[in-house]
Amino acid sequence: MTIAASTQLICFLALSAVIVLGALGVVLLSNIVYSAFLLGGVFLAVAGLYLLLNASFVAAAQVLVYVGAVNVLILFAIMLVNKKEDLAPIPGLLIRRLLSGGVCVGLFALLTRVVVTTPWTKGPMPIGEEATVRIGEHLFTDYLLPFELASVLLLMAMIGAIVLARRDVLSEDPVTGEEVDQGLIEKARTPLLVDQPRA
Amino acid sequence: MLSELLSGSVPLQAYLLLAAVLFCTGVWGLINSRNAVRVLMSIELMLNAVNINLMSFSSYVDGQLIRGQVFSVFVITVAAAEAAVGLAILLSLYRNRVTVDMERFNLLRW
Repeated sequence: MTIAASTQLICFLALSAVIVLGALGVVLLSNIVYSAFLLGGVFLAVAGLYLLLNASFVAAAQVLVYVGAVNVLILFAIMLVNKKEDLAPIPGLLIRRLLSGGVCVGLFALLTRVVVTTPWTKGPMPIGEEATVRIGEHLFTDYLLPFELASVLLLMAMIGAIVLARRDVLSEDPVTGEEVDQGLIEKARTPLLVDQPRA
Repeated sequence: MLSELLSGSVPLQAYLLLAAVLFCTGVWGLINSRNAVRVLMSIELMLNAVNINLMSFSSYVDGQLIRGQVFSVFVITVAAAEAAVGLAILLSLYRNRVTVDMERFNLLRW
């Protein structure tokens, strides 16, 4: 995809505005559902940036994995744990926020200095549309081991997520061997650690 | 950088600065969020910032071999695994504590 340089610049400015404002919204908005949807917008804008960089495969992967899987997962988690609760006030919260804001601004200044002062060398011409073929070659030659490790990692994460999120339900009582009342299983278990006195 | 910007093309530095903004926003959100789901969202923001860096380097500096794109595919994979496990941990925490307030997850505190 080759488009005129000025169009590219305008696209970049629009996408980066969406990304920056969306990220600020994700962090600052009080309603977490709005945050989740804005996060989806940020992911889509990042995919647009990848298209601008002539990386159509990674852009498609970004849309499929981030918008289609991670964002939906986050929305499901919000729905599962969405309980209106008044957060207990913490002393010194404002000071903490300002301090961490200062740290983040300092980090940004450091990164900006590195970016501006480093003499970046211009590499060879990007291959553009050939990128997908080249990624495939990489994945099956010199990055074969990380590729296989990534599949093992995904399998482990899937099993781990199932084990962690599973509700332990026994079909019969372990002591008496009687059938357990199914109505009891369906009810939410009494949480074990609520209001534990602070040590 | 300025001459490139005036001629209308996007310089590499612009992508890097955008990624820096995104990363710092993510760090701030990670530190300050009291909702555990928002902490996970901030981590995703930071991972995306890293991905933007990798992709722009791959396009501007390593245009023929595009190793950066391969790496960002791996980063996306790891991010998906991280989100799944993180949200599962969050669900089991919520089941035991009935809250998502980060300040009350102090089981491992000294």
